[in-house]
Amino acid sequence: MAEDNDLAQRLDGLVRNRLGGESATRVTRLSAGATQEIWRFHMVKDGAEVPLILRRAPGGGFRISPTAVGLETEAGLIEAAAAAGVPVPPVPWVLTPEDGLGHGFVMGFVEGETLGGRIARGEALAETRKTLAHQCGEILARIHTIDPTAFPDLRRSAPREYLDQYLEIYRGTAWPRPVFEMAFRWLADRCPPPPEHPRLVHGDFRNGNLMVGPEGVRAVLDWEIAHVADPMEDLGWICVGSWRFGVDALPVGGFGLREDLWAGYEAAGGPPVRREHALWWEMFGSLRWGVMCSGMAGAFRNVDPNVERAVIARRASETEMDLMRLMAA
Amino acid sequence: MQDEPRPDEILAAVAKFLRETVAPATSGHVSFNARVAANALEMTRRQLLDGSADGERDRLAKLLGQDGDLAELNAELACRIAAGELTLETPGLADHLWRTTLAKLAVDQPTYWGYRAALEERWE
Repeated sequence: MAEDNDLAQRLDGLVRNRLGGESATRVTRLSAGATQEIWRFHMVKDGAEVPLILRRAPGGGFRISPTAVGLETEAGLIEAAAAAGVPVPPVPWVLTPEDGLGHGFVMGFVEGETLGGRIARGEALAETRKTLAHQCGEILARIHTIDPTAFPDLRRSAPREYLDQYLEIYRGTAWPRPVFEMAFRWLADRCPPPPEHPRLVHGDFRNGNLMVGPEGVRAVLDWEIAHVADPMEDLGWICVGSWRFGVDALPVGGFGLREDLWAGYEAAGGPPVRREHALWWEMFGSLRWGVMCSGMAGAFRNVDPNVERAVIARRASETEMDLMRLMAA
Repeated sequence: MQDEPRPDEILAAVAKFLRETVAPATSGHVSFNARVAANALEMTRRQLLDGSADGERDRLAKLLGQDGDLAELNAELACRIAAGELTLETPGLADHLWRTTLAKLAVDQPTYWGYRAALEERWE
């Protein structure tokens, strides 16, 4: 395709001008990422081939998700996370207008497993799973030490405002969902107070965004919806039913127990976990993911009718199922 | 109009072609999307064969005490829940929401673990 050839040429220029390499080869689009384009390529440098990743806005243009941070901010967050001791991929270059590739950044390629099903069920990671939830807790505690004042553009909201924001996004879909309405009422009635100490939260810390090797988490990926909020949000999100990959008995990503996650979080210096708040955030997480899925129907119809969007939109019903089970519990 | 093969049979054949012929013969983005497309067709096929809409409409009409099509009645139910007029304690509402949600999952994602678990919890 002409567009792909153009991208390959520009990446070639980027490698020579910005990264000190000789050329870019084997440019391939990866399948993951419904709101970002992710490309893999190799930088030829001193006779060796170094695998790299390009993340950029679809078609190099602007983002369509209203809640996402800019890609430049995302690159800054990854750098701050590395400084806080969080495993993340290196970011050797943030795109500038002169690169002709739109908004985005170049990231080091970290070898490992990201497929949620293999992390939750694969034989190769059976030993790793025993300590993975505890380790996720430790990593979250470190993420929550990142100074949010360095990122003044990030969205900040108290739980109630946050719930109302998603209510508004849901209303914007103009598609009635009685189960969501019930869940909004249920959560509003039990809403935690604004956090005493809001933290920088990852916002999408879950099985599927973790690069895992036999020794544990090698990289935390996808920082695009980081914001400043109640730190319990991240502890609830990783337990949402949609990323348990069939392993209901292990709510933390289908690989661990909530108690292990919370113990790891507190052991690494995170604030004490309020059980009822973490569970509130877990249910809010199901509703939030459900609203995000519903929003895909509009994006499918009005922005880009690709089949993946249609299928993601239809995942809203799985969250209705989870919400019904949570309200019945 | 009516003719054969039926639409559900044609959709099943195209889904099979995408999953078993196109996906293995391609790689990366294209192979992934061939599998996604096969899933989408299978879901569409299940919805074509789904007969749950009449029951849903009857339950809604009874709960709300008014008539209308499925879209109107669902919009009305959503409004009344948002206003706090109907709650999970309202007789028949929780049961209606369960039945409707299970019917959606039977079309959208019959393999979802939460659907399997709910079927076991409620009817076994």
